[in-house]
Amino acid sequence: MTGVGFGAFVRRAHDAGRLVVQPRMGMSSPELMRAGLLATRNATATTVGTITLDSYTRVGDLESAQLAVLEGVALNGYPIVSHETATTLRVLDGIHGAGFPVQVRHGSAAPQHIFRALMSVGLDASEGGPVSYCLPYGRVPLRESVAHWAASCELLAGLRESGAEPHLETFGGCVLGQLCPPSLLVAVSFLEALFFRRHGIRSISLSYAQQTDPGQDAEAVAALRSLCARYLPDTEWHVVVYAYMGLYPETEEGAYRLLGKAAELAVASGSERLIVKTVAESRRIPTVAENVAALEYAATVAGRTARAPLEGTGTQTYAEASALVNAVLELDDDLGAALLTAFAEGRLDVPYCLHPDNAGFSRSYIDADGRLRWADIGKMPLNGIADVRPAQGITSAGLLESLSYVRRSYDRYGPEDTRAAEPARP
Amino acid sequence: MSPFPISPAPGDQPVLVAGGISDSHTWNLVYLQLLLEEHGHRVVNLGPCVPEDLLITEALAHRPALIVVSSVNGHGYHDGMRTVTRLREHPGLAAVPAVIGGKLGIAGPCGSDEVAALRAAGYDAVFDDSAEGVAAFRRMLATLPQRALV
Repeated sequence: MTGVGFGAFVRRAHDAGRLVVQPRMGMSSPELMRAGLLATRNATATTVGTITLDSYTRVGDLESAQLAVLEGVALNGYPIVSHETATTLRVLDGIHGAGFPVQVRHGSAAPQHIFRALMSVGLDASEGGPVSYCLPYGRVPLRESVAHWAASCELLAGLRESGAEPHLETFGGCVLGQLCPPSLLVAVSFLEALFFRRHGIRSISLSYAQQTDPGQDAEAVAALRSLCARYLPDTEWHVVVYAYMGLYPETEEGAYRLLGKAAELAVASGSERLIVKTVAESRRIPTVAENVAALEYAATVAGRTARAPLEGTGTQTYAEASALVNAVLELDDDLGAALLTAFAEGRLDVPYCLHPDNAGFSRSYIDADGRLRWADIGKMPLNGIADVRPAQGITSAGLLESLSYVRRSYDRYGPEDTRAAEPARP
Repeated sequence: MSPFPISPAPGDQPVLVAGGISDSHTWNLVYLQLLLEEHGHRVVNLGPCVPEDLLITEALAHRPALIVVSSVNGHGYHDGMRTVTRLREHPGLAAVPAVIGGKLGIAGPCGSDEVAALRAAGYDAVFDDSAEGVAAFRRMLATLPQRALV
């Protein structure tokens, strides 16, 4: 906790009463990437920058990423390993620094090559996790992901020797994007933070993605903060809320309303940072201008929202999350080994996740009141804790209805319910 | 869709479902599995990020009635070209029906040139993620031989 780096920047902003807002931005062209970072920095908001990598770099297919760079083919992100170091230094020159930290976002179960590349250009903040960038994300065995992430944390933590304070954010609070009950998101996000801590990282953020019900989301963030306060010693930590990660509203009004709710959740819950989504989200990768508009709108809503965090431990979400966390921690002193056993035995079980190392017995549903609940807890240790209501066999139409629940809810508001008229929540 | 991720009925030819080589999205694949099962097909769901070699190995092992490649991350066109090119190079897989669909380009739907290129490279059909694309996919399913619905 040296007062330098990504985590310290966010801490200072929070202490000054400001929410840090951040896009999920990545373009393969160095010129466009630099323009995107500059636009983010210059937005009327307290911002940090993002370099989101392309998916070839994420899966380690560096040959394809390199070929795209050579042929000038546009990718869905910035190929930081394949661009020359000097090229990325030019992208960052005069932009990245103490007043504008930049985080590299990727999605890799084996991120050593990415961490080396970001360290070589003077960056020290990234994100992911051994579970959240493995299970829902591809086919790398969980055992390999845990080993890769342990090595990668230690690689990044080596920067501390030179006085830096490298930062990692968990992606565990966003697993599968939608339809995962918040207690499991909280548990995985927390366990990944503890994993980072045990492998040498001292500046950590914990993610939580907005789900279907604002009240349940507030409970979830409070539960996450309570777990951190209790079990994450000697660590600079903060919580980052993600605007909804599932099927996004298609109308501009709906998209802004949902983003506004995410900003309210972030501030009211005492969270320090927000990852925004844009009006273009339902159709394509957003432009820089769309990202800036989203950042500024989120900052405006944040500015008129008061902090009003819930008490953390008295809720259903906390009861489930802490039961899951404790069931994992008691398996093994080595957290990586404990996570492997937990998934092998189904003590952690991500609903609908297709990965061979996920038990696949759990199921979730959206209740009539909008809260995400368990239809089947599989072998997770939630007997007597979770309120389980077995659902009838799900159909493709039923799944689509659940997946589009948030989109429909936010799109159906009429023009009289515009963002300007939207009341701020106390 | 239980047990997971391979639905039970043995004997007949399954439909192979696969995400694009670099595409981590899952919900499109879960949806496709349910939809195919409702049309009477057994599904082998390979999940997200399926490399060409894995798809070829699984296709040779299962002799599927159809291969469905689904992608929404913007690399669908390029990944899809690679996959089908490798697939069609394999003597045993030159004729297996294969289709691709989803959000195939980073700037939105593919243009007609890209659709033509995907078909020329070996896909029997290309579907975008519009309502019309989904309807066309359903019509195509109705033309496939299927096991008895139980």
